[in-house]
Amino acid sequence: MARRGRGFWAQLAFTVLVAAFLIVPVAMSITAGITANFFQGVKSGLTTRWIAEVWRLYRDTIFLSMTIALATLVVDLAIGVPAAYVLARWRGWLPRLVEEALVLPIAIPGLATALALILAYGTWREFRTSWVFILVGHVLFTLPFMVRAVLAVLSSIDLPTLEEGARSLGASFRQRFFGVVLPNVRAGILAGALMVVTLSIGEFNMTWMLHTPLTKTLPVGLADSYASMRLEIGSAYTVMFFFMIIPLLIGIQLAARPRKPATLRDEAA
Amino acid sequence: MARLVAVAAGGPAGLAAYGVIVTEPRYLRSLVSTVVLAAVVTALTLVIATIAGVFLQRNRFPGRSVLVAMLTFPLAFPGVVVGFMVIMLAGRQGLIGDLTRLVTGERLVFAYSMAGLLTGYLYFSIPRVILTVMAAAEKLDPRLEEAARSLGASSWQVVRDVIVPGLRPAFLSAGAICFATAMGAFGTAFTLATEIEVLPMTIYTEFTLRANIVVAAALSIILGGITWLALALARTAAGSSVAASA
Repeated sequence: MARRGRGFWAQLAFTVLVAAFLIVPVAMSITAGITANFFQGVKSGLTTRWIAEVWRLYRDTIFLSMTIALATLVVDLAIGVPAAYVLARWRGWLPRLVEEALVLPIAIPGLATALALILAYGTWREFRTSWVFILVGHVLFTLPFMVRAVLAVLSSIDLPTLEEGARSLGASFRQRFFGVVLPNVRAGILAGALMVVTLSIGEFNMTWMLHTPLTKTLPVGLADSYASMRLEIGSAYTVMFFFMIIPLLIGIQLAARPRKPATLRDEAA
Repeated sequence: MARLVAVAAGGPAGLAAYGVIVTEPRYLRSLVSTVVLAAVVTALTLVIATIAGVFLQRNRFPGRSVLVAMLTFPLAFPGVVVGFMVIMLAGRQGLIGDLTRLVTGERLVFAYSMAGLLTGYLYFSIPRVILTVMAAAEKLDPRLEEAARSLGASSWQVVRDVIVPGLRPAFLSAGAICFATAMGAFGTAFTLATEIEVLPMTIYTEFTLRANIVVAAALSIILGGITWLALALARTAAGSSVAASA
């Protein structure tokens, strides 16, 4: 069907160029992270020294980021999934207004949210200096993504009919929610969860304002290493970050794809 | 959800007390350059992402999925990492510097200027917009293009009169999100940090270095207001265009 004329090759060249623009620096930082001296180039030899150095200096930030990401996920699941259910079931102007508010994390820059949090709770010392302070910021930032992911699936299925069927068979609200609603929105929850964890691990704008010297997350550590360490250490650190997010990104892609076969199988079962 | 509503209402309301009108030229300059930068980035990104996105959606060839993966990988990069990528490309030890030294004998280093910032903003905007354009191009009816072509339209006319109008809703929503992200991007500017004055950097300096909380809060509200307005306008425009075509 495709006539591969000059147009095809020109567009292909353009697309490859754009991809190169995005990937070449990634490849460079991976190389720099394992090169003994980047200024002299790869011929100075390969080494794992920088990786070890990063592990020594910034290990804590990696663990803190993982803790915060998982805690954010737990809170988002506990609040976001019921919230999406309420929004899907409840008609009227108020839920629409709340849905409207779900675009807020894109509209309100992280800096502004961080400022608001600091102005509101900054004087509460124990809270300000604990990692829970960052957790609150991350939940505020990621919760809408979870709600939207679940809501998208909820509004694509015929929820009232399913629930009515369950109710006519004598299922209590609890049984309906856990037995009917949750299994049906599994795909949405999974997509939302991967999104939330990825966003939380990479969040910088807000976290930079919220962090204290004792509560540094991975991106904060990255900024710190870019500013004050040699290029190789910054690169090695970036590489470790890549390896943390690659599985998540692949997961997001996989979660987004097989929705059709999954529903078919569900119906057959 | 209660907390979400509480902060959405409580944050700006609490800040409103500090809502001092910004009149100083320095803040105004920062505001204007941020808006201009975000607008330029949005326009460039839309052009680049449309060419690549429509191409990838329309053609099947070996290596296509690798290209798509490469183009969307940077989606999850925080602003700081994007800044570092720009340093890798155009910094003092960067690739562009090496290449230009080979060609002209002089190192071209622009990572720490407005051009570097522009590069960084393009870097994180392109993947997002490409995904939206690809999803929208999938829904375009190829028969419309065929019909136009059989009626004698040149390929440029097909692009102008069929493809671009068809992608209009996607342009509006992706463009608005791109603009909003570029307005609020802080990590990239922070990593490249030099004398560049964009609004998020100004807010940060006012807050931390000068402890000028009132101005920082007022600037944040203005920043949030502009991005919200851009998103709202795009939603209204997209809504009406959908209604018109239906």
